Amino acid sequence: MTEHVSMQEKNLQQVSAHQRIVKVAVQVLLYAFLFLMALTVLFPFYWMLISSVKTLAEYQLQIPTFFPRKIVFFNYVEAFQTANLGRLFLNTLYVGVVSTLLSLVITVLSAFAFARLEFKGKNALFAALLATMMIPGELFTITNYITVDTFGWMETFTALIVPFLVSVFYIYLLRQNFMQIPNELYLAAKVDGTSDLKYLWKVMIPLALPTLISITILKMMGAWNSYIWPRLVANKPEMRLITNGLRNAFTDANTQQTNIPVQMAAVAIVSFPLFLVFIFLRKYIMKGVSRSGIKG
Amino acid sequence: MVESKHKWKAWLYLSPAIVLLLIFTVWPIINTIRMSLLVDYSTIKETGGYAFDFGIKNFVRVLNYPKFLNCLKNTLLLCVLTVPLSTILALLIAVCLNAIKPLQRFLQTVFFLPYVTNSIAIGMVFSAMFNIIGNNIGSSTQLITTAGIINNIIGVFGVDPINWINAGSSYWANITVLVVYIVWDALPFKILVLLGGLQSINRQYYDAAKVDSTPRSRVFTKITVPLLSPMIAYVVITAFIGGFKEYSSIVGIFGDGMGPAGDKGRLNTMVGFIYDSLAASQEGLASAAALILFAIIFVVTMINLYVSKKKTHY
Repeated sequence: MTEHVSMQEKNLQQVSAHQRIVKVAVQVLLYAFLFLMALTVLFPFYWMLISSVKTLAEYQLQIPTFFPRKIVFFNYVEAFQTANLGRLFLNTLYVGVVSTLLSLVITVLSAFAFARLEFKGKNALFAALLATMMIPGELFTITNYITVDTFGWMETFTALIVPFLVSVFYIYLLRQNFMQIPNELYLAAKVDGTSDLKYLWKVMIPLALPTLISITILKMMGAWNSYIWPRLVANKPEMRLITNGLRNAFTDANTQQTNIPVQMAAVAIVSFPLFLVFIFLRKYIMKGVSRSGIKG
Repeated sequence: MVESKHKWKAWLYLSPAIVLLLIFTVWPIINTIRMSLLVDYSTIKETGGYAFDFGIKNFVRVLNYPKFLNCLKNTLLLCVLTVPLSTILALLIAVCLNAIKPLQRFLQTVFFLPYVTNSIAIGMVFSAMFNIIGNNIGSSTQLITTAGIINNIIGVFGVDPINWINAGSSYWANITVLVVYIVWDALPFKILVLLGGLQSINRQYYDAAKVDSTPRSRVFTKITVPLLSPMIAYVVITAFIGGFKEYSSIVGIFGDGMGPAGDKGRLNTMVGFIYDSLAASQEGLASAAALILFAIIFVVTMINLYVSKKKTHY
């Protein structure tokens, strides 16, 4: 009898030991897979950085070096001068800041009207706005190009800012946020004779600040990453935005050859602010992104 | 009294948005349909007082245009290859991330990193990695051929160097590079959404499975995938929409010639076709192509919604 029990215990111990081994093995496999994928994801960044500090001669070796033999920084200087990056930075910053500020004002006012005020046709209007989100942007681009031309906005920053000031998605995002704020607060403020705008400024905006920060970051990143529209309407060298200026700056017009180390230095310069934003404001980006599915 | 005061106020607050939307969203919808139905429409001809025929000839022309068919083929091919690949890979990574404890947040951050990058800039990095020709030194014709880092890596596994993106490269080599880049670019968003979904699945289901000692594979197919299906559906739909609008990843790697040197336009996409027609002042054709793109996206989204409604557990 006692022998039988101890046999069972032994079996159980064996089973749990076996289970532990499987568990450890699975964990090892999981980490191995994740680290392999993480390395793959990070490799292009690594390659960009080390290529940007190599001399051209070293970059062109038959068998590339995984770590530069000699670290040089003159590629960065050359990148800044060749692509006129200073100018591109300023242009992009200007377009980004102005369009973000105006866009925030418009978005806040619209979201407030949709979330708090009652008017005829509110739901129909809101549904119509949401429906436009399904239409690919290219469909608007053709006519907007003609419109911008008609308004005489070609080769101006206005053409880069005004057509994209209203984002239905941002209005939607902020409206959802505003709706969560109890209506009692608004009614109490009305009883106290607080004006709508003051209430918006003192109560709604502080409470919805995280969403507003998400919108700001996404909008700024949009200016930083936009390529197609700026190339269409403002392609003069002194009007270019960063991405547009970057793509073709390092290819020799005659030989079609590219000085890759310098190009990689420029890419690193352009990516750096994005990394900073990522490190410090990640949670806001993730919050906005997971609900949009739109890049930039 | 208060209500009526609100009414004009609401419209006042909405007015900037409405005015801009009327000009830059509503008018384009109407105008695109109008332009697509005026045969060979262009703004230059219109200002010249030309009277256009009315009809669907633009659509017929576009659909019989070899260039457009090439763009359609490239777009469809990239969609069909990248959407399943990136979704499955993202699902695998998300499930693995969800199953570990130490370093989870760190790895999550690493996998999200490509999201905040500039598609064109990082496309240039991929282009450099697959490039096999260095700079010309001295004369303008002397090219230095290097293996390129990717060829060196695959060489470790005994694969011969491949001409990926340079002049004379094969179509499938080009497509491979694009698929690698697009999948790399698409992973962060999908992992973010899927991991978020996984973390919100009630632990009780897994505990119940543990009590019944259900095998892992069964837990995955019978619990994880069904409960995650709304998120999977969302990720697949947005991936298809993004896939049909593929453009900047190709510009990133091949430049705005949309193809390797010597074969420009080979990798052009539907969005690229629209911009080319616009640049050639063929707004009628561009509008027809844009409406065809919209129709395709609409139909694919509807099919996706229909399928996921049948397969999704909410």
